[in-house]
Amino acid sequence: MPKGRVSFDIEKCKGCMLCVEVCPKKILVLDKVSLNKKGYNIIKVIDPDNCIGCAFCAIMCPDSVITVEKDKG
Amino acid sequence: MGKVLMKGNEAIALAAVKGGCDAFFGYPITPQNEIPEFLSKYMNEHGKVFVQAESEVAAINMVYGAAGSGVRAMTSSSSPGIALKQEGISYIAAAELPCLIVNVMRGGPGLGGIQPSQADYKQITRGGGNGDYQVIAFAPENLQETVDVVKESFEIADFYRNPVMIAVDGLIGQMMEPVDLDRPIRKRNLEEKKWATTGQSTGENRRIVTSIHLDPYDLERHSMKLFAKYQKIKENEQRYELINMKDAQFIIVAYGSMSRICRSSIELLSEQGIKVGMIRPITIWPYPKKAFDEIPASVKGILCAELSTGQMIDDVLISNNGRWKVNFFGRTGGVLPEPEEIVEAIKKMMGEV
Amino acid sequence: MNQIVYKKTKGLTDTELSYCPGCTHGIIHKLIGEILEELNVIDRSIGVASVGCSVFSYYYFNCDMQQAAHGRSCAVATGIKRSRPDSIVFTYQGDGDLGSIGIAEAIHAANRGENITVILANNAIYGMTGGQMAPTTLIGQKTTTSQAGRSEALHGLPMKISEIFAQIPKAAYVERVSLHNPQHVLKAKKALKKAFTYQMEKKGFTMIEFISTCPVNWGMTPNEALKWAKESMIEYFPLGVYKDSGDEHE
Repeated sequence: MPKGRVSFDIEKCKGCMLCVEVCPKKILVLDKVSLNKKGYNIIKVIDPDNCIGCAFCAIMCPDSVITVEKDKG
Repeated sequence: MGKVLMKGNEAIALAAVKGGCDAFFGYPITPQNEIPEFLSKYMNEHGKVFVQAESEVAAINMVYGAAGSGVRAMTSSSSPGIALKQEGISYIAAAELPCLIVNVMRGGPGLGGIQPSQADYKQITRGGGNGDYQVIAFAPENLQETVDVVKESFEIADFYRNPVMIAVDGLIGQMMEPVDLDRPIRKRNLEEKKWATTGQSTGENRRIVTSIHLDPYDLERHSMKLFAKYQKIKENEQRYELINMKDAQFIIVAYGSMSRICRSSIELLSEQGIKVGMIRPITIWPYPKKAFDEIPASVKGILCAELSTGQMIDDVLISNNGRWKVNFFGRTGGVLPEPEEIVEAIKKMMGEV
Repeated sequence: MNQIVYKKTKGLTDTELSYCPGCTHGIIHKLIGEILEELNVIDRSIGVASVGCSVFSYYYFNCDMQQAAHGRSCAVATGIKRSRPDSIVFTYQGDGDLGSIGIAEAIHAANRGENITVILANNAIYGMTGGQMAPTTLIGQKTTTSQAGRSEALHGLPMKISEIFAQIPKAAYVERVSLHNPQHVLKAKKALKKAFTYQMEKKGFTMIEFISTCPVNWGMTPNEALKWAKESMIEYFPLGVYKDSGDEHE
């Protein structure tokens, strides 16, 4: 069971990759194929099971794209 | 209160307070220092705002902030300081904020001199700042008129959401005359300032004060809105006085201290059997064009008299619209003419028509 | 799951930010929004937008806003705070707006002890106008108006703004912070909270200088820009608290 879960408001993402750099579990990558409506390559979560809910990604995101949840238990 | 003998600048300061001024921001400059000096004491004693700013630039921007937050704000300065404020005035007019700016005019250009002058006319009426905007500008002649119009300026500014400037020359600022500070003024039907940043709203209801419209169609729409406002002001707010018009042979057009001197010239000419009248603009913007329609058929020429090398002359020519011969008389640099000089100017014109 | 540990603050509106990808303006905006929300003052704040990339910040902060002419924010804020003393008033300025054209207004607002909070985004360049030299551009740094690199002989040395303001007696709190990793972002948030709290306690003028990036005009990716800020800017602009009147004995 992953400790954390991140969700992206993908239309607001600008593909800046600050979140990719700071994720301690390296679960985020730039999606080189998909574009959002603004034409940006977006970020995808490649390994959601390893999310620890640290929120480093969300803390760094300049556009408030990411919401982070954590397991209450 | 009855009539009190007061110095012009102090009367202006007290009149502003009577007109409901909540906040004054200014900077020392001759010949208007009595205004900030008086208000520095009065405003603090009465729990209102006074700041001696670090420059005239800072002061006008403090006015912008205060006016934008919904209070009655003013500044005062003199010609070179008013030049510094032009950017701020453009922003205030663009954002449709009300405020009072008092200009106690002195000789220019540049640092110039400290004696009275009317060489700011173009700066005031043609807009020293950028863009399509105007300030509503008054040029009173005596202290009672000055006091009345200072008090009324906040009503007018609030009503039109526009800066109002009162331009007196240094003579009026420094002279002493009896004034009644409690004469009632015309009150306007004022709406609540629902646009002001009072710090009470969020979300859709929040207030934003700005002058930016990057989309050219938006900016055109905004400028046309201002333009319509200025048309309304031109229709309704022209003020002037007509002196001695009946059967006049010549008309002088003059304002402020120059018009006071010309009153003496008119008397001297009358003693010599020459009938001369005067159009005295009280608003210099909107310019009292309507007054020119009241010039009698007996008139042979117009003399524009200014304390400058000729700035109001353009508005005289426009208002005249080719009907009469127009001559110019001016002294500048702070020099005040003797009434006899204007008498001579009229006589010269007599020989030319 | 069900415990939300991070979501967008109510202190910002829904309007998407117009800043470049990875620009630290967005992070600073978030922190301000979060602090206003946490201190429960969003509905009694008035912000002053300046001129620079952040010229439209009035679309983003969820409170009353005024837009000021270039360099004049601190004067505008003075007019607002003196007229509405119960409001929380802040300015948001860049290194050109505050350090160049607005330095007189900023110094004097601090000198008068105006109870406002000044947020300075220092990215050592003029971003909005296309990358010209700024008062804080580093020696050797190439910009469009210092194409051979800033030279001490021609251009003087980069201006150390926090250090200057720390010397002003009525400056109550001055700290320089960085945003180059999450730990520093959280430290920056603490500094900002202190600044706004001091304003609420009427302690005087507060300023937080954020070492910021400009990926596009620096010619770097956003992550490269954060790295350059960490390795080059902080060496010249050391982080830390430069003034804290709370330390002084009454």
